[in-house]
Amino acid sequence: MLRGDFGESIRTSAPILPEILSRFKVTAELTILAAIISWIIAIPLGVLAAVKRNSWVDRFVRVFALLGVSVPGFALSILLILVLSLCFHYFSPLGYVGFFEDPIRNLEIMILPAFILGISISGSVMRMTRSSVLEVLRQDFIKTVRAKGASERVAIFKHALRNALIPIITLIGMQIGSLLGGAVIVEQIFSLPGLGQMTLTGINQRDYPVVQGCVLFIAFIYVLVNLLTDLLYAYIDPRISYD
Amino acid sequence: MEHLLEIRNLSIELPQGKRQPPVKLVEGVDLDIDKKQNFGIVGESGCGKSITCSSIMGLLSYPLTLGKGSSIRFQQENGNEVEITSLPSSELRKIRGKEISMIFQEPMTALDPTSTIVAQIEETLRFHTSLTKAEMHDAALAMLKKVNIPRPDQILLDYPHHLSGGMLQRVMIAIALINNPRLLIADEPTTALDVTIQAQILDLMNELRESFDTSVIMITHDLGVIAETCEKVAVFYAGQVVEQASVEEIFHATAHPYTAGLLKSVTSLGGAEKKLYTIQGTVPTAGHFGSGCRFADRCDHCTSRCREAAPALTEIAPGHLCRCWLHAPEKEAAQ
Amino acid sequence: MRKLLQTLRELWRDPMGKISIIGILLIILMAIFAPQLSHYGPEKMVGIPKSAPNAQFWFGTDNYGRDIFSRIIYGARVSLQVGIIAVGIGATAGYILGLIAGYFEGWVDRVIMCIMDILFAFPSILLAILISTVLGRGLVPTMVAIGIVNIPVFARTVRASVISAKSLEYVENARSVGVKTWPILIRHISPNVVAPFTVQATLALSSAILTEASMSFLGLGIQPPDPSWGSMLSESRAFMEQAPWMAIFPALFIIVTILLFNILGDSLRDVLDPKLKL
Repeated sequence: MLRGDFGESIRTSAPILPEILSRFKVTAELTILAAIISWIIAIPLGVLAAVKRNSWVDRFVRVFALLGVSVPGFALSILLILVLSLCFHYFSPLGYVGFFEDPIRNLEIMILPAFILGISISGSVMRMTRSSVLEVLRQDFIKTVRAKGASERVAIFKHALRNALIPIITLIGMQIGSLLGGAVIVEQIFSLPGLGQMTLTGINQRDYPVVQGCVLFIAFIYVLVNLLTDLLYAYIDPRISYD
Repeated sequence: MEHLLEIRNLSIELPQGKRQPPVKLVEGVDLDIDKKQNFGIVGESGCGKSITCSSIMGLLSYPLTLGKGSSIRFQQENGNEVEITSLPSSELRKIRGKEISMIFQEPMTALDPTSTIVAQIEETLRFHTSLTKAEMHDAALAMLKKVNIPRPDQILLDYPHHLSGGMLQRVMIAIALINNPRLLIADEPTTALDVTIQAQILDLMNELRESFDTSVIMITHDLGVIAETCEKVAVFYAGQVVEQASVEEIFHATAHPYTAGLLKSVTSLGGAEKKLYTIQGTVPTAGHFGSGCRFADRCDHCTSRCREAAPALTEIAPGHLCRCWLHAPEKEAAQ
Repeated sequence: MRKLLQTLRELWRDPMGKISIIGILLIILMAIFAPQLSHYGPEKMVGIPKSAPNAQFWFGTDNYGRDIFSRIIYGARVSLQVGIIAVGIGATAGYILGLIAGYFEGWVDRVIMCIMDILFAFPSILLAILISTVLGRGLVPTMVAIGIVNIPVFARTVRASVISAKSLEYVENARSVGVKTWPILIRHISPNVVAPFTVQATLALSSAILTEASMSFLGLGIQPPDPSWGSMLSESRAFMEQAPWMAIFPALFIIVTILLFNILGDSLRDVLDPKLKL
């Protein structure tokens, strides 16, 4: 530990850090894909729900958001696998292949797990987007923008969304935690050789250096991502500067 | 149409769900604004003066709606008359910021905190003109000079949080006037500013109004501001106009007890020390008005008739309207 | 007490609140009367393995021939037990820590909140797994692990309320005339904490149930043959095509239970803190 290389596994005597790094590639790809999927679904719907308040979109978004925070990733995975295999005879392919070896095969493998992970966090992103856009739309400067003769599109996408993004980004930073936690489960279900699977194997084999290394690494990534979101703030919000 | 803007029977409603009737926040307001006129609207907070002006731009905020029979007619630059209440939003957008502009009470929150001053000025030009980027930049710079902003080329690149409230209000004025509007609505433009800055902003507005040939609607609760800037005044109370006249008449031939109360409660320097006048009681809540005069409970001259029936807005002298039984024509009083 | 009744009445008036109260009561009754409702018990092999839902076995049987309906209702016992005790642990510890941190401020506050932040930084499922590696597996370690995971949110909620209540004028007034802060805090701050605390507890209950199910799903929580919705779902994976009912019913009950608690939490928040409603 103190040498800074996470030591060796007591089972295999293999050094831990290289193993963590190679497995992290899988987890990183999974979480990034999931995050992108969740944003694509959640942000436009959240904005739409705020703009068309009390419309059917809004009602749909509120129900979806509630389901999103209530349906556990593993239950969603099992149900989706069930529906896909029974109704469509589709099976998510097994046997992980790296992205750079065969991108198409890799995406085929990753798409379902990433979709599930993305869906499971998009509920809270949607909720946050809706409430922060509503909050911004209530502010004075939106009235100024409208009074200048701006179209609703400009008022919402150029001014409201940009201001609403600040709390949304905070949430995204925090959500790296739930994404990494969710990855543990999704990796297990879809047999993806990621960090989560490594942690679980470590726990089951009582290989404590491995567990310790994995957990520290995940915490490190969490802190790093939150640092990056803080820097992103300064880019979006001119009121914050770090000089 | 002889006036620039004609408001007839304007009412603004707050819906209360399907079962209950809406609450009327503003009721039966008629106003005429002439070209190059300075029109003042005075009233306490919550009397409906701000939402009245928002409705002129078609900018009532959710969930407020215009009541049935409301009419706002505006004469455009090309001579066309339009009915703002029934204008499609694409047409309305052509008027906003081009023919009618608005400045707000809180300059600190009225500008987008995430974009630069120059971007926010140029935006107004982009919506209504086809100038090139360089031309827009020059126009923005020239406009900042006209509103007496020091170091305009630097200020252009700043963000709103870099500037003081007075500076931001100047920027707001620049944005409002850059397209040469026919009507400028100023919603308490000096309320949030320091007293020393207030006078500067008012002077600037007076000066620019001359050079831009713009009509101004000045909304304020401060009769001092009215005295300094306006020619004609409407006094709002509880969603209605209670008195309307020229500034001289309002100040020197005050008719309505509410206006009189407002005048007496103005603080002044240099006068003999005396207790500051206050109008007793509070404004009744919209939706809870009785059948009588809305000011009855707070009025020193209240009679039984005031509690029974609401007085109508009647002309008590040429150009002087008042909603009070004290000034009702004698024959009506006899009935 | 009167306030509690009033809150319940308002909750009842909200259709979503009504649905969630009825649903949660049904689940609680189901858990309490599990022995009366189930003819077979959760662990007995009573039927032909993997038989589809029928009149005898309403939800079918699993791969050992155990009655899934019985396992589900006994599983409700486990879920609620873990949820309530874990939230109890988290709420009590969080309340005390938050009160201490908010009352003393200074370095005590910094140390407590620093530890809370570190706990908070871990994904909750990962933290629960980690703690359970130390404590072991089974019902009690799982409850304790989830309880510890829940401490930071409660500590934060209480601390924030304490700090804002301390700066309220009447508290400052009381302090300025020489009343000790501690009695003031107990008397004036606890009422301020009740609303956010109740909402937090309801939402924590749903997330505790979710975490237990996830841990059991991974084989780290409740150990077989004890019935847990999470582990039932995990066992179903090998028989997905032959016996989909093994997956459908536990998944359905997990989702509905968590959903009901979330709806209750949302409605409670609307009732107790109308300012937050958009």
